Amino acid sequence: MKLEFAVYRYNPDVDTKPYMKDYTLEVDEGTDMMVLDALMKLKELDSTLSFRRSCREGVCGSDGVNMNGKNGLACITPVSTFKNKKIEIRPLPGMPVVRDLIVDLTQFYTQYEKIKPYLINDEKTPAREHLQSPEEREHLDGLYECIMCACCSTACPSFWWNPDKFIGPSGLLHAYRFLIDSRDTATEERLSELDDAYSVFRCHGIMNCVDVCPKGLNPTKAIGHIKSMLLKRAV
Amino acid sequence: MVTNAASLGRSGVHDFILIRASAVILACYTIFMVGFIACSSPLTYDAWHGLFSALPMKVFTLLALVAILIHSWIGIWQVLTDYVKCVSLRGVLQFVFVVAAFSYLAAGILIVWGV
Repeated sequence: MKLEFAVYRYNPDVDTKPYMKDYTLEVDEGTDMMVLDALMKLKELDSTLSFRRSCREGVCGSDGVNMNGKNGLACITPVSTFKNKKIEIRPLPGMPVVRDLIVDLTQFYTQYEKIKPYLINDEKTPAREHLQSPEEREHLDGLYECIMCACCSTACPSFWWNPDKFIGPSGLLHAYRFLIDSRDTATEERLSELDDAYSVFRCHGIMNCVDVCPKGLNPTKAIGHIKSMLLKRAV
Repeated sequence: MVTNAASLGRSGVHDFILIRASAVILACYTIFMVGFIACSSPLTYDAWHGLFSALPMKVFTLLALVAILIHSWIGIWQVLTDYVKCVSLRGVLQFVFVVAAFSYLAAGILIVWGV
């Protein structure tokens, strides 16, 4: 059985512009593998091919790529998903390409830093720990699981056009995770930082982020909650 | 916090409220007009003239025109800030669109109050 691939190639030291390179892999009939496994086999054929990878089990978020037009993690996407069609693998869209499938995520991390992704608590430090009831802890479900693979933010047109001003779905998911945390006492400061025309309100709810999230999370819903919090605070 | 001076609202929340409130008015106006046209077959000049001669309809139309101004101002600002990165060009385009929207409003008021 032959698996056909077209992989985005660009080495700024050598190439004047990016191009798609075709590859074919011979595999046993009926076998399946993850796209990352296929990429590693392709790298055995062509050692110049570059991509990020680490845990190879959907936990680290390193190998986010665009496969046949949809962002996802190469390590948990079986090639059988594409039903024997040629698989086009491109870097995550909208980000500067460092080389081949590797993108520069500086803007993504800058937005993440803006939301202060850590617990802020100005109360007296407890003797042992900040206690949370099971109900309060439940609020964090669907938020803390984000692995920051950037699949969502790089699938978002609002983030493509304003990556310096719009926080993006991943950053906002994290922002809500701290806004709703019963132990965090900086809710007002956090909301003040987000209260402008870009940071949150550039989300028009097209839900690309929900469509591509490899962890099945719902950033649009979290962003909706933040908008409600900003609205209640202002009205 | 990112500041913005060219949008109609003074903040994201303000824009958010204005764009939704104006959308409600425009939706009501559209539904009413479609309903009127559907129920007034055949649609004669007299029926049309009679509709726009009534003060409530004039006020409703004026509200809809103001809603279009608000809705388009914010919408155009959002589209332009997405796609036009040259600030001076964006400023000129924003000015042209806002002037056009005000012109429609002025023309609309004169036309409706002329009936």
